[in-house]
Amino acid sequence: MKKGIAIISSIVCILVGLLFGLILLCIIDPADSISLGFSPLILSGLSTAFDPNWIAAGTNLMKLGQEIANAMPIIMTGLSVAFAFKMGLFNIGAAGQYTLGAFGALYCALVLKCPWYVCLLAATLLGAIWGMLPGLLKAYLNINEVISCIMLNWIGLYGVNTIMCSNDKMFNSSQAKAYQVGVVNKSALIPDSIFGWNISETFNYAATNTGIIFAVVIAIIILIVLNKTTFGYELKACGYNKDAAKYAGINDKRNIILAMVISGALAGFGAGLFYLSGTVQWNPLDSTALPAAGFDGITVALLGLVNPIGCIFSGLFISHISVGGTMMQQSIFPSEISQLITGLIVYLCAFSPIMQEKLTKLFEAHKKIKHDVNKEEK
Amino acid sequence: MSAGLLILIKFTLLSGIVLMYVALGGCFSEHSGVINIALEGVMVIGGLFGILTVCCIPKNLPSFLIVTISILVAMISGMIYSSLLAFASINLKADQTIGGTALNILATAIALVVVKHYNSTITTNNAQSPKLNYDNSLFIFNVGPFTLNVFIILGIVLLVLSYFVLYKTRFGLHLRACGEHPQAADSVGINVYKMRWAGVLISGALAGIGGMAYIVPSVQEWNFEVGVGGMGFLALAVMIFGKWNPGYIFLGSLFFAVFKSLANIYDSTFLASFHLTKEIYNMMPFIASLVVLMFTSKNSKAPKAEGIPYDKGMR
Repeated sequence: MKKGIAIISSIVCILVGLLFGLILLCIIDPADSISLGFSPLILSGLSTAFDPNWIAAGTNLMKLGQEIANAMPIIMTGLSVAFAFKMGLFNIGAAGQYTLGAFGALYCALVLKCPWYVCLLAATLLGAIWGMLPGLLKAYLNINEVISCIMLNWIGLYGVNTIMCSNDKMFNSSQAKAYQVGVVNKSALIPDSIFGWNISETFNYAATNTGIIFAVVIAIIILIVLNKTTFGYELKACGYNKDAAKYAGINDKRNIILAMVISGALAGFGAGLFYLSGTVQWNPLDSTALPAAGFDGITVALLGLVNPIGCIFSGLFISHISVGGTMMQQSIFPSEISQLITGLIVYLCAFSPIMQEKLTKLFEAHKKIKHDVNKEEK
Repeated sequence: MSAGLLILIKFTLLSGIVLMYVALGGCFSEHSGVINIALEGVMVIGGLFGILTVCCIPKNLPSFLIVTISILVAMISGMIYSSLLAFASINLKADQTIGGTALNILATAIALVVVKHYNSTITTNNAQSPKLNYDNSLFIFNVGPFTLNVFIILGIVLLVLSYFVLYKTRFGLHLRACGEHPQAADSVGINVYKMRWAGVLISGALAGIGGMAYIVPSVQEWNFEVGVGGMGFLALAVMIFGKWNPGYIFLGSLFFAVFKSLANIYDSTFLASFHLTKEIYNMMPFIASLVVLMFTSKNSKAPKAEGIPYDKGMR
C-alpha cells in the first residue's frame, strides 16, 4: 500500500513534468509539436527499434543501446546519492567523486596500462576517498556535508584537470582531450560479452557493454546490504533519528564515515564504467562545469524513491528522455527541453512526501466510505 | 603603479562585486532560515533575462533608462525564480536542498532553451546557437586609469543598505529572529512565513543582479552552456567565510576575487615564475573556505534554524 502510493507519486511527478514539456513544445512551434517534438521525445529509442527502415539497416537497436550506455553512470551516481540519503546525508558531492573516479580509471588505463578490472578498482577507490573527506568533516567537526561536498567538487575538478593537462601520457594536446582508452590500451575496455552474449554487437553500439550488468548487480547488492544486514539497519536507524540511534548504542560517527565512503565508491565506480566504455573522452581543458552525471544522480535517486531497484528504472527513464531530446527536430526544438523536464521532475519530487501524505488520506477516505456503505447494506 | 597591479585590481573588482551581491543574497535568505542552494540557478536566470532586455529594448531610449530597466528586469526575474524555492520550502515544507538543486538543474536548461529559441527567431542562419550577443558599452565608464561599471556603484550602495536593513531596522531583527528561533518569533507575533518569503525574495533579487553583473561588464557575448561557472556556489562559500555578516562578506568576496583574478592574469606577471597553473589559483579559495570551516565549525555563526521548515503545529 505504502509502496504503491510512493510509486504513484513518482509517476505523477513524471507526468506533470512531461505535460510541462508538451506545453513548452506547443509554445515554440504548435504545428510540429507532436510529430517532430513530443513523440520522438517520449518514444526515444523505441521509435527506431520497430522502424522497418532501421531494421533493414540493422541499426534499429542502436538508440536503445545508447540509452543503456548513458544510463550506466547515472544509475551508479543515483545509487550513491540514495545510499547517503538512507543515512540522512545529502551527497551533492557525487559530481566530485565521479570526477575523481574518472581520473583513477583513466590514469590506470592510459599511464599504468592496467587491465580493466584494476582500472575500475582504482576508480572506486579514488571515489571512496573523495567521499570519505566530507564524511570525516561531518563526523568529527560537524560541518554540513552539502557545503563541504560543494567545495570538494570544485577542488576535485580543478585538481584532476591540472594533473591531466601536465601529463602528456593522458592529455592529447593535438586533440585537446584525454587520449582514447580504446586506442592506447585495449585491455582497459570493459568486456563486451558475457556468457557468449556480445552485448555491444546486439545493440550495434560500441559503448553498450557488460557495464550495465555490473550496475544492476551492484544495485541488488546495495538493496541486500540495506535491508538484510546489521550495518544497513544501523544506517537506516541513524537516518530516521540520529539521537535515538546513538542512545541505542549505534556508533553514528563510524556510520556517517562508512556511508560516505560507500557512497563515494559507487559514484567513482560509475565514472569508471562510463570512461572505460571506449567512446567518451575526458576534456581536461573544460573547468567551468562539473560532470552532469553527478547531478543526474540526485534526480535518479529521488525519482527512484531512494530505493536501489527504483534507481535502475529511474536511471533508464532519465537516459531515455535525454536521448529522446536529441532525437527531436533540432532546428526547431532545442534538445535541452529534456533537461528542463528532468529539472522539473526533481523539483516536483521535492513535494513527493506531501503528495504521498495527501494520497494516503484520499485512499483512506475512499476506504472508509466503502466500509460505511457496506455497513448500511447489512 | 605597474600594469600588472592595475589589471589585478580591475579583475578583483569585477568578480568581487559579483560574489558580494550573491553572497549578500544568500545572507538574507539564510538569516530568515532558508538555505538557498539555488543561488547559482537564480544568477543564470537573472543574467539571462537582463541580457535579453538589453538585446530587445529599443536602442533610441536614453542610456540611463536602458541600464535601469535591464537591471530591474534581472532583479525581478531573479525574484520570480526564487519564489519557486520559497513556495516549495516555506509553504509546502519540502526539503530546501532538494528544491534548490532542482532549480539549479532547471535554470541552465531554461536558459539554453530560451536562448536557442530567441536566436532561431532573430536569424535563420545561426539557429540554435547557445550564445547571446549584446552591447555592454552603456554599463561601463572610465575614471582615470580604471574601468568601472555601474554594478560596482550599485553594489556598494546595496552593501551599506543591507547592513543597515539587517542590523538597524525592525524588519532585520524580525528576519534574523525567524532564522534563529522561529517558534519564539512566532510567539511574539511575527509572521514567520512572511518573513521567510521576504528573505528568499530579497536573495533572489540580489542574485539576479549578481548574475547580470557577472556576465555583462566583462564580455560582449555569453555562452549559456556554461551557466555562470560555479560563481553561485563560490558565493555560498564567501557567505560562510564572511560569517553571515555583510561587512565580513565584503572582505571575503575581495579575498576570493583576488585568487580568481590571479587565475586570469598569472601568466603575464611575476607569478608565472612559480609554474602554477590557472586551476591551482582557482582551487585556492575553495580550500581556504574549507579550512576556515574546519576552524570555525565549533562556534559557527550560522543561523540556528536554517534548513528546517517551519511548522506552526510543532511548537
